[in-house]
Amino acid sequence: MLKKLGLGVLLLAFCGLAGALEWNLQPAASRLAADIHWLHEAIMVLVIVLFVGVFGFMFWACYAHRKSIGHPASQFHENTLVEVLWTVIPAIILVAIAWPVTKVVIAQKDTSNPDLTVKVTGMQWKWGYDYLKGEGEGISFVSTLSTPREQIEGKAPKGPHYLLEVDNEMVVPVGKKVRVLTTAADVVHSWWVPAFGAKQDAVPGFIRDLWFKAEQTGTFRSQCVELCGKDHGFMPIVVRVVSAEDYSKWVGAQKAQAAKSADDETKAYTLDQLKSRGEKVYAANCVACHQGSGKGLPPAFPALDGSKVVLGPKNAQIDTVLNGVVKGGKPTAMAAFAKQLNNVELAAVITFTRNNWGNKTGEVIQPADVKARRK
Amino acid sequence: MSSAAADTHAHEHGHGHDAHHGQYGGLMRWVTTTNHKDIGTMYLWFSFIMFMVGGAMAMVIRAELFSPGLQIVDPDFFNQMTTMHGLIMVFGAIMPAFVGFANWLIPMQIGAPDMAFARMNNWSFWILPFAGALLIISFFTPGGAPGVGWTLYAPLTVQMGVGMDLTIFAVHLLGMSSIMGSINIVTTILNMRAPGMTLMRMPLFCWTWLITAYLLIAVMPVLAGAVTMTLTDRHFGTSFFNAAGGGDPVLYQHIFWFFGHPEVYIIALPAFGVVSQVIPAFSRKPLFGYASMVYATSAIAILSFIVWAHHMYTVGMPVTGQLFFMYATTLIAVPTGVKVFNWVATMWKGSLSFETPMLFALGFLFLFTLGGFTGLVLSLVPIDIQLHDTYYVVAHFHYVMVAGALFAAFAGVYFWLPKWTGRMYDEKLGQIHFWLTMIFFNMIFFVQHFLGLAGMPRRIPDYPLMFETWNKISSIGAFGFGLSQLLFLYVVLKCIRHGPKAAAKPWEGADSLEWTHLPTPVPYHTFDPQPDLR
Repeated sequence: MLKKLGLGVLLLAFCGLAGALEWNLQPAASRLAADIHWLHEAIMVLVIVLFVGVFGFMFWACYAHRKSIGHPASQFHENTLVEVLWTVIPAIILVAIAWPVTKVVIAQKDTSNPDLTVKVTGMQWKWGYDYLKGEGEGISFVSTLSTPREQIEGKAPKGPHYLLEVDNEMVVPVGKKVRVLTTAADVVHSWWVPAFGAKQDAVPGFIRDLWFKAEQTGTFRSQCVELCGKDHGFMPIVVRVVSAEDYSKWVGAQKAQAAKSADDETKAYTLDQLKSRGEKVYAANCVACHQGSGKGLPPAFPALDGSKVVLGPKNAQIDTVLNGVVKGGKPTAMAAFAKQLNNVELAAVITFTRNNWGNKTGEVIQPADVKARRK
Repeated sequence: MSSAAADTHAHEHGHGHDAHHGQYGGLMRWVTTTNHKDIGTMYLWFSFIMFMVGGAMAMVIRAELFSPGLQIVDPDFFNQMTTMHGLIMVFGAIMPAFVGFANWLIPMQIGAPDMAFARMNNWSFWILPFAGALLIISFFTPGGAPGVGWTLYAPLTVQMGVGMDLTIFAVHLLGMSSIMGSINIVTTILNMRAPGMTLMRMPLFCWTWLITAYLLIAVMPVLAGAVTMTLTDRHFGTSFFNAAGGGDPVLYQHIFWFFGHPEVYIIALPAFGVVSQVIPAFSRKPLFGYASMVYATSAIAILSFIVWAHHMYTVGMPVTGQLFFMYATTLIAVPTGVKVFNWVATMWKGSLSFETPMLFALGFLFLFTLGGFTGLVLSLVPIDIQLHDTYYVVAHFHYVMVAGALFAAFAGVYFWLPKWTGRMYDEKLGQIHFWLTMIFFNMIFFVQHFLGLAGMPRRIPDYPLMFETWNKISSIGAFGFGLSQLLFLYVVLKCIRHGPKAAAKPWEGADSLEWTHLPTPVPYHTFDPQPDLR
């Protein structure tokens, strides 16, 4: 009795714990994800039944056919009927599973007739989003982890969306079929939103696609799921699903902002203007490798503080940042930023590195200097 | 055989006592030995050392994942740890362990005096320490060891430092060693069986190794090709895996997994073989469905060549490709099911006892089947797309690799230790080792299924807060598991040094030649001349 009570309390405690923990698939927010959940549950029931059945026999044998209670060993070692049955029955079960699964596979692959097409580009270690077709065509931004380094290094308390927050979220309208084209700039990444049941590798040099249709508004969070180097764990994916009206508003705001904040490349900026802008560019693009201290992580990621390149002639540094570093005909970890950043951002970040930490050149690099080095 | 003179010499003087071990004593005995028992022993110790090294890396991984945030290592080093943990455990620990069993047991089980190519056997072992050393040296090169995962996916491999090249050469050496070992095993089994030992009378362990050896010969060159292409992409201007030069990064994945999936069975089949010796022995009953076991093993081996792309459902294959690989993969459940049913039927109406080898064999059966079922779940494309590259996959393959292969290896070590050493291990400590291993294993990996379902990607050094509890449990389990293996070392050393003398046949149900035709401990030279089993 006491034993039973103890067991009951244990079970209850376990259920309580289970309630507080994540231990199933994330709630589905699309038809496809719901189908996946249903398939997963059905197959789990099947698996558990088979498991209990097979090991019921095993544990019964362990209990009833023990030597210690004097069970004599039979010597049978064949039974054609049984052997045929346990080959054929599993095969039939597999065929029965195959049909519903095949239907979902075909649905998952059907990316035709989308309402909105967005290209997603994996880069070490951020995501680029380009709205190619549909409402919002032409919107383009880069989405980077916005969790502060202090939280990662344990110097500040971690926020509720630790590692799952970005500066620019992907925004899509609810109830619309969104086709996502994936590609990558450097190595293989993988774009995934569990709530939509949508995952697709982003392969450099190739375009792949997937689709989802979100059935509820909200913010859905995930991470890159293909090992892509040092900061693989630090390139989240955040998709905000909004109503059709809110989406139109967002598109309008994006366009207006793009028009307003278009950087004026012809203007000459002051050192302070470029330094403060450069600090932001640095934080979004450079800090992962070269570190906030500018000391880098040698030898893979060299220090900028006291670097010969940074303190040397400005054109050499501009070329390095524009085109990346190529050794023996192969790109290294230093990526080319010519296509990712505009001339103002490049001028700002280069000015910043030449006038920060122990580097005190006092030099100001203007957007025009960068423009002149572009090929 | 030019060593025949030395062998005859040893034979004349060494007959009847074990002290005489060839021309040399001390260290040179081990360097020059061509004796299958010596080489088997070296394989087993090498694999245990590598198991400890790879295990230490797993401890670093689990320590970093104990809490969210970066505490102990930087992300680069974390990636190096996951990469080397995988490579060392697969190529340094599990595979050599089973080659060690093959060396010790195949000649004794088929009534042969030694392996067919005794000196090549020495070489295939002695390549291994150099390969292992290359892997470890890579940590001390500029940029450290490669941080690309054990799958070495392109084009991330192009970004790595010289450690990547050392790893590539290590893989070449490991492949050479495996191929030579396999040729030896195939030749020994096909040509050196005692009169009357027909193929269908061989113990199942020999059968599973015969089939495994063919798999190795077929796929190790494929892996060597894949890493060589990586090498030339890195240094010689080729573009096999670089789209800008007309190549395709996904090509690497296809080639790798054409090796990688049969590799899963290269690891699993010898484990099946060990378990197929242990379960009948402790059930005191012949193996149920011997012939169907042989056919099922062959079927698994053949199917393993046409399912590789189920590791790549998310690369963007055409729908027909996904469907083909899904159907082919689910088919493997049929022969695997036959094997599980056969093992349970072997136990049914037997006379069971539960010494340590049997406990590990049952642990294998129970947990490997669980891993098989999660494999079935993952074989279905839509579910896999949700779970690919998450901790669900990590949990799945550790159920197959650790609870499958490692548990079987433990079962084998406890089963044959008395035969090898002439001494008994401490049964009580052995059972404690089993229960600790069993409990901590599940503590590490069962909860990882939940992490994967909830969406935690694999190979990340830091994670969102919602995954914290399961990660803590998993890490505690890992530390416990690691410590428990020190107990195993203690049990084995205690057995070798102070174990009580083993009976000639300590397991009453064991029925293969090494138990029925040879004394315990086995003499240095056995079955010369061969027994007549007709």
